[in-house]
Amino acid sequence: MNSSTDLKKQSFDSKRIVNLLINNALIIIMLILVVYVAVTNRNFLQPASLVNLLSLTAAYLPVALGIAGCIVLTGTDLSAGRAVGLTACVAASLLQAVDAPGKMWPNLKPLPIWLVLLISVLIGAAIGVFNGFWVAKFKLHPFIVTLATQLILYTVLLRYVQMGESRGQSISGLDNGYREFVAGSLVKLPIGKGIGIPNYVWYSIILAALMWFIWNKTVFGKNMFALGSNEEAARVSGINVGLTTVAVFALAGAMYGYTGFIEAARIASNTPNTGFNYELDAIAACVIGGVSFVGGIGKISGVIIGVLLLRLIFVALPMVGMDQQLQYAIKGGIILIACALDMRKYLVKR
Amino acid sequence: MPSTPLLEIQGLSKAFPGVQALDKVDLTVYPGTVHALMGENGAGKSTLMKCLFGIYHADEGTILLEGQEVHFQNPKEAMEHGVAMVHQELNQALTRSVQDNLWLGRYPTLAGLMVNEGKMAQETKTLFKNLGVHINPKQIMSSLPVSQRQMAEIAKAVSYNAKLIVFDEPTSSLTEHEVDHLFRIINELKAQGCGIIYISHKMDEIFRIADEITVMRDGKWVDTKPVGQTDVGEIIKLMVGRELTNRFPAKTNKPGEVALEVKGMSGEYNLLEDVSFDLRKGEILGVAGLDGSGRTEVLETLFGVMTRSGGSLRLHGQEIENRTPQEAVKNGFALLTEERRATGIFAIRDITDNTIIANTSSYLQHGLYLDNKAMQRDTDKSIEALRIKTPSRATAIRSLSGGNQQKVLLGRWLLTEPEVLLLDEPTRGIDVGAKYEIYQLIINLAEEGKAVVVVSSEMPELLGICDRILVMSNGHVAGEVDAASTSQEEILTLAEKYI
Repeated sequence: MNSSTDLKKQSFDSKRIVNLLINNALIIIMLILVVYVAVTNRNFLQPASLVNLLSLTAAYLPVALGIAGCIVLTGTDLSAGRAVGLTACVAASLLQAVDAPGKMWPNLKPLPIWLVLLISVLIGAAIGVFNGFWVAKFKLHPFIVTLATQLILYTVLLRYVQMGESRGQSISGLDNGYREFVAGSLVKLPIGKGIGIPNYVWYSIILAALMWFIWNKTVFGKNMFALGSNEEAARVSGINVGLTTVAVFALAGAMYGYTGFIEAARIASNTPNTGFNYELDAIAACVIGGVSFVGGIGKISGVIIGVLLLRLIFVALPMVGMDQQLQYAIKGGIILIACALDMRKYLVKR
Repeated sequence: MPSTPLLEIQGLSKAFPGVQALDKVDLTVYPGTVHALMGENGAGKSTLMKCLFGIYHADEGTILLEGQEVHFQNPKEAMEHGVAMVHQELNQALTRSVQDNLWLGRYPTLAGLMVNEGKMAQETKTLFKNLGVHINPKQIMSSLPVSQRQMAEIAKAVSYNAKLIVFDEPTSSLTEHEVDHLFRIINELKAQGCGIIYISHKMDEIFRIADEITVMRDGKWVDTKPVGQTDVGEIIKLMVGRELTNRFPAKTNKPGEVALEVKGMSGEYNLLEDVSFDLRKGEILGVAGLDGSGRTEVLETLFGVMTRSGGSLRLHGQEIENRTPQEAVKNGFALLTEERRATGIFAIRDITDNTIIANTSSYLQHGLYLDNKAMQRDTDKSIEALRIKTPSRATAIRSLSGGNQQKVLLGRWLLTEPEVLLLDEPTRGIDVGAKYEIYQLIINLAEEGKAVVVVSSEMPELLGICDRILVMSNGHVAGEVDAASTSQEEILTLAEKYI
């Protein structure tokens, strides 16, 4: 009997190592990919390429940080992309240079940048509150609610860009101060002529830190995780389940609003297609980063790794001559594998 | 009782569509006393407590706390007024730490916004130290055994500095040692002037800890007695409403030759370790043990729901595997699961669908479609044979009582003509009359030569209907006793053997 328990322990140990490898498989694959690309193409590890990767990660991170909260509540948010699109077009239209051709609001002087940022964030948060209301009040699944919101927002967006004088043209010719504020570089790497790190990279770092603080240090964060883990236990403990749900969606919405403000200047030419499908990349990034659809589980560091890994695929694979069309299949494959690895932790235990 | 009452419930009534769940119930609890609340399942104990905590709102009647009328709107409000509850079903955020669960909904804060982790850890430590609880506050809840999760829940109730604490079946997952520990805590609370409402089915516990006993039946108050002036017999009589001379039908089954041999069965992902036993034709084998001891795992591993990592199964001398439930059904096994609502019934489907679902292949015509007439005929037969009370076979199963739902499920499995019936808590949440009928059905099935395994947390039930009882302890078989000659004490002692 003793020997049989020893055997069981031993097999558990080897199983633990296998489990450790499988559970971190994505990180391992990512590292192998980095090494492979770095060896094959010397340009990959050049500062310019790395800064590009960093910038793209920073641009896509805030939406993922917002959606991650919805996923922690066992929900999701499909309206993120259109919310980004709407706030991007609004922000751009309010900050077109006085002499921009086809200016949407010809008589409008560019508003203060901070005010436009505030307006974008508030529009985003309002969209989040709208989503959260239907989820909290009628117990509708966030998938359905945000699908509906996504469609509604698209009509709002199409109508908005036809207002004023622009008549549906893309909104460009942005105010110089705005472009500098977002995409300018306060810090340049002292290499060659100097490689600028766009300012929005720093903003994303600040946002990630802020979200980490909210998730881990505040009462709201604890309540969010408790709610995602066991809604009934949260309710019985006196947590305001409805308010917490609305707040999570509102926070996510604020992130989309911020992203709209940034994307408008980063892309510089805004159409109703700005932000389209951002939610899908963000959800994929969260899942890859271990924010589980089981609920109540997720880390900011995971979200960052998820966004980075997705961007890595898009930046690194073309560098080794991989066909552009293949990238989507690879992305799809990674999402499937990431989800399967995640669910595996909760499934095998019987 | 000398002092003024802590809690007075007067004439409380609550009706649900079709049922008078509470009918003018009275309950008076004095500070510094333990008041046991007893009654069969469905007697209205939980409904009464839910009205106290504002989960339900009573139709009439008043609740006075220290002489003041109160109407709690939700459990939080009750807790803020010093009324706390240890729930029978652990309702915890399993992916979070022990201390996060403990202070859920009332975290100590910094600047009203941030959680004061330091203070939380400190207070948890102090609380656990005062109560003598040895749990790491930072541990994730899901990694703790059920008994420790229960102790954490008890500590949580105490931490509210409550004047009144309700314990709902707190000991079902605790060892004897932990029960002693709990009773020490309760006695300390008593000494501090705290009033306790103690809900339990375990008579010996009630008579050990309680000062007064209130008995409820069918939603009505029956009697309240000081514990010194009553005895077990009287309480049972009050609970059931009649002299219970035969709670169990006569045992008419005769165990025959060995049908199933289980040797060295272990679980790949559960705690089972080297489980061996024989099961005879026509025999009813009970499986006893504390909650979390592996009772359910024995059945589910046998049936292929859980993965078996070792050992062998022999049915009539033939080696079988039972890797999946499909295979088990083919081999003549049937499993009535523990959680009827979660894993038994298809709530919104009708009786017919619920009856034939394990047996669809036998209604298949030309390998293409199901024979409606045959399904209806079998369902009608099942309804008649098991005396299922239902308006028709087209009724949704969720509208039947627990006892009748259970009969439908038994009927489902009988259609597959099983040789080995695995029954997990077959009478849970079923009223006394229906329990008797289920017992009779089980004994009849054994009499017909079926081999039956019954898992139950109600020991009198095992002693009443089984031939032998297997006692599980922490995933091991702690012993096998003869039901006719054993005692509850012997079984309890065995149940703690490997803890």
